[in-house]
Amino acid sequence: MDEARISRRGLSPRLWLAGGWLLLALLAAIFAPLIATQDPLAQDLMLERLPPFWLDGAEPGYWLGTDSLGRDLLSRLIFGGRIAFIVAFAAASAACLIGSALGLIAGYFGGWADRIISRVVDVWMAFPPVLFAILLVAVLGTGLSSVIIAIAVIDWTRFCRVIRAEAMSQARMDYVESARIAGYGRTGIMLREVLPNVLPSVVALLSLEMGIAVIVEAILSFVNLSISTDDPTWGGIIAEGRLSIHQAWWVLVFPLATLILTVLSFSQFGEGLKTRFDPVLR
Amino acid sequence: MLLQRFFVRLVTMLVTLFGVAVVVFVVIRVAPGDPIAMMLPPGASNDDVARLRALYGLDKSIVQQFFIWLGGVLHGDFGNSISLRQDVLGLVFNRLPATLELATVALLMAVAIGVSAAILGARSRDTAVEAGIDIASGATLSIPDFLWGLVLILLFGVLVPVFDISGRVSPQLDLPFVTQFYLVESILRLRFDLTWDLLKHMLMPAIALALPLAAIIAQLLKQSLKEVLDLDYVVLARVKGFSETQVILREALKNAALPTLTLVGVQFTFLIGGTVIVERLFSYEGLGNMAIDAVINRDLPLIQGIVLVFALLFVLINLVVDMMYALLNPRLRHG
Repeated sequence: MDEARISRRGLSPRLWLAGGWLLLALLAAIFAPLIATQDPLAQDLMLERLPPFWLDGAEPGYWLGTDSLGRDLLSRLIFGGRIAFIVAFAAASAACLIGSALGLIAGYFGGWADRIISRVVDVWMAFPPVLFAILLVAVLGTGLSSVIIAIAVIDWTRFCRVIRAEAMSQARMDYVESARIAGYGRTGIMLREVLPNVLPSVVALLSLEMGIAVIVEAILSFVNLSISTDDPTWGGIIAEGRLSIHQAWWVLVFPLATLILTVLSFSQFGEGLKTRFDPVLR
Repeated sequence: MLLQRFFVRLVTMLVTLFGVAVVVFVVIRVAPGDPIAMMLPPGASNDDVARLRALYGLDKSIVQQFFIWLGGVLHGDFGNSISLRQDVLGLVFNRLPATLELATVALLMAVAIGVSAAILGARSRDTAVEAGIDIASGATLSIPDFLWGLVLILLFGVLVPVFDISGRVSPQLDLPFVTQFYLVESILRLRFDLTWDLLKHMLMPAIALALPLAAIIAQLLKQSLKEVLDLDYVVLARVKGFSETQVILREALKNAALPTLTLVGVQFTFLIGGTVIVERLFSYEGLGNMAIDAVINRDLPLIQGIVLVFALLFVLINLVVDMMYALLNPRLRHG
């Protein structure tokens, strides 16, 4: 994206707020070793269940308190963000590539391709998504790549359905007909003419899907099926917080707030981008 | 016309279910890790392993295994659970009522909240109230049931502990039930003390499941209502002296409801899908909670059975919604 063009048009407050939070969280995740005040894995039973900094009994350097093993909550959240963002970007991009490609083919070419792809989407929609994800990770074995593959394998249908419908309506437009008369081949028209016109929807869906991927990763690590149990993940911290909720509420409150902010930001950012790039809405 | 539509949908539904069966079967058979090895004590002889393999049909080719399994399923034989050593169908039917009750209560709550918000928004259109409803439903929609469940646990389990956040019913209670539909049975037996206890357990997970759907209903129904409210016959009702709320309830609602109805059907399947993790979150003893245990224990027959039952539920709901839409839509009814 061209920086100068965006600032000239001006960003909506929604894009500012959502994008700001995502940038902050992303930078914190990238520079986690520099920012985190403690080792996220270091246990210290002398420091167990320290409250956040504004309450009595807090220790300096443990800003958001510690969990029941004395591990620093803020450092764990920052390092957990690494997993969340890696999964968000990788899984959403993979789902987007598979789903958009199949959706474009089904919508633009129609016929048998459309019939087969639509049937497969029907089958996919008959699975409870969370159960499907848990099942896939259990089958593939826990680990970062399994989580990414599972999310991509399940969620490509979101892209496929939307892009198929859009490609269908684009295929009937005059400009596609003109391109055909001008002598372009069908695949050429699909990639050169139809694809750019469905791109705003793809971008909005991609941002939304990143939020969904973050949630699914949190759910998987909540049921202890994500990556190895040693590495901090947002869902893993939430699972600990759910257990010690009556002794240390902060272990649940802070990761939950982080997740909600991140998911809201991804969906608002996507909506904002769609409004911005859609020639009709703009 | 209607009958023809029904049969076309029925065939599509069966094709979808067959596809689900194939996918589940393939996914599970790719699984590394030997379920037989997990059943036997360490040091079991190779003969023992082979005998168990034959018992569960694991010694045949994968295509043979699939059709043996499918044939069984069609006769109601889903096999035996490896971890619980019981009939899969029995286990599933034992847990399904709990999930159905939870999902139904959640659906009713979503409709109640969503329709009220839509009517309030349409009544006070172009005011701050409508803007407030828009913002609230937008935010509610973006936050999935898993996170709502956690928020509710914090609010009403810890901050103001008024509701139970774990289980389906208080364990110390003596239950007279003969079916697994506890909520329905408690009402039929007039044991309202038990009904109350069940509802107290069910309320938090049900709200978590209901909120995103309520937001969608509020948005869509409000939009349809606003369109209908400008039509002549509604203006006429207003001229006749009905209040705005009366106009909405008596005239506008039934004509605006059709698009929402279709959407609620599709969204209801998403809600049922959400019960898997929400039941886990609230330790509610339903099908979804059992499914996660089955995955963790690598209990292949049980997973297959549960996923198939969920898929059957999904396609049945879609079929019912499709037929309801055809019946209620005059253009399709007489088409």
